[in-house]
Amino acid sequence: MSAAAAATSSHGADGALAVSVRDVHKSFPTGLTALTNVSFDVSDRGFTSLIGPSGCGKSTLLKIIAGLIPATRGEVRLHGERVDNPPDGLIYVFQQYAKSLLPWRTVLGNLMFGARSPRAWHASKAPVTEADCMEYINLVGLKGHEHSYPSQLSGGMQQRVAIARALVARTRVLLMDEPFSALDALTREGLQDLLLKLWQDMGLTVVFVTHDIGEAIYLSDHIVALAGMPGSVAARVDVNVARPRHQISTRESASYLELRRSLYQMVVGREA
Amino acid sequence: MNLQGLSERVPGMLLIGVLLLLWEASVRLGWMVSPTWPAFSSVLAVFWQNLSDGTYLSVIGSSLRRLFLGYFLAVVLAVAIGLAMGVWRWFYLLAEPLVEFLRPIPSPAYLPMAILFLGIDDTMKVFMVSFASFFPILLNTVSGVRSVDPVLLETGKTFGYGRWQIVRKILLPASAGFVLTGMRISLAIALIVTVIAEMVAGNSGIGFYVLNAQRSFLVPEMYAGVIALALVGFALNKIFVFVESILLRWQKGVQDVII
Repeated sequence: MSAAAAATSSHGADGALAVSVRDVHKSFPTGLTALTNVSFDVSDRGFTSLIGPSGCGKSTLLKIIAGLIPATRGEVRLHGERVDNPPDGLIYVFQQYAKSLLPWRTVLGNLMFGARSPRAWHASKAPVTEADCMEYINLVGLKGHEHSYPSQLSGGMQQRVAIARALVARTRVLLMDEPFSALDALTREGLQDLLLKLWQDMGLTVVFVTHDIGEAIYLSDHIVALAGMPGSVAARVDVNVARPRHQISTRESASYLELRRSLYQMVVGREA
Repeated sequence: MNLQGLSERVPGMLLIGVLLLLWEASVRLGWMVSPTWPAFSSVLAVFWQNLSDGTYLSVIGSSLRRLFLGYFLAVVLAVAIGLAMGVWRWFYLLAEPLVEFLRPIPSPAYLPMAILFLGIDDTMKVFMVSFASFFPILLNTVSGVRSVDPVLLETGKTFGYGRWQIVRKILLPASAGFVLTGMRISLAIALIVTVIAEMVAGNSGIGFYVLNAQRSFLVPEMYAGVIALALVGFALNKIFVFVESILLRWQKGVQDVII
């Protein structure tokens, strides 16, 4: 790890890097360029949000980090290993939770899909059992729903299943693409707090894509703002807002409001 | 099925009952007098006798054996080839023109060729049933695989599943609804082709039985055979729908629609 890379990383427990993105450039065969010269780091056990207006390529960037689509130039490393295919130790949580769950499997069945996955096997080298799955179902507050099918659950509950399924695969790096954007405000806040709790308790590393600046500040300790078409990094900001965070008091605090105003000008002001 | 569902069935059952009564009356009251038009009651008597002395068991049994042999052969081949066509674009481009050329040929049209190559025994009939059942299952499987949402496939990839595991754990169950629709269409076709093949060649099965009864002027036997065939078709469909509703119980409202 270079000194420059260490300098751009944020509050990792030991300063180690989980993800490094270097000069990533993405053009599609249609000729559209989505990203140009994007570089940033995500510290181990850090919570980093990617924000930016729609069309700035933040979802594309997250899929490149996940190894789901290749970068045209540049590279992504996960714990020092170059990412070319979906790597071990990382799970991508989709915005379209309804499409990402296996509709023919119950909640428990969906968790078993994660528990018996090559990712889980790589991480623990031991079979993950139904009892383990039940533990994660309880952890995300879905006790009693283990035998329901996804179609019988609300959107918020479905996204809880998707998160539990990622965690039961023993992954410690979560990439989340606007995971709460399709939920109503109250459900969204409940899931934000659940995610923060899981992140802290389990020592997760989270890269979180959102277009909601308030959500990014509330959750993160580091924010990367993308802007422009093609998208490039407009700002990298440390979030110096006290933890633990609280839906009312945090969002009323001066540091939150000040950061929100300056980010808003950076992201939206540039666009106008 | 609940009580309300049952009561909704009454008018339809009543219509069948009234038509059968009219049939009976047409003979008894002399509206239609013909050696080819026996009373329903005499058809029913023959039907009952054939049912109780085991004639239908052996006649229909040999037809069903051919039907299921051909049908299951078609299911296995069509699902496998359909999956391959759905997964590999080069294979789709290779196979699709051939499929589109063979598919519109009405199955009875290749019966003479099948007899030339395979004779008049079970091999020919099983082939006929297979070939005719193959295409609806194939085309539905291809559509099913192609309709699977990319998010589901990417989910498999992010969890580290390999290509074959994604086919088995995601593509196959996700396209099950389409595959089963194709299988339901093909089951009806399989019965039709079985009967046609038995009528054209050989000396066993319900198709042969009905044709033979007609040739021997055993008119009530002929009608009774057709009624037996109707019941077989009805039962096959009911059993299929029942199995389908179990396999697709995760789909909201499936049970409400079809049982």
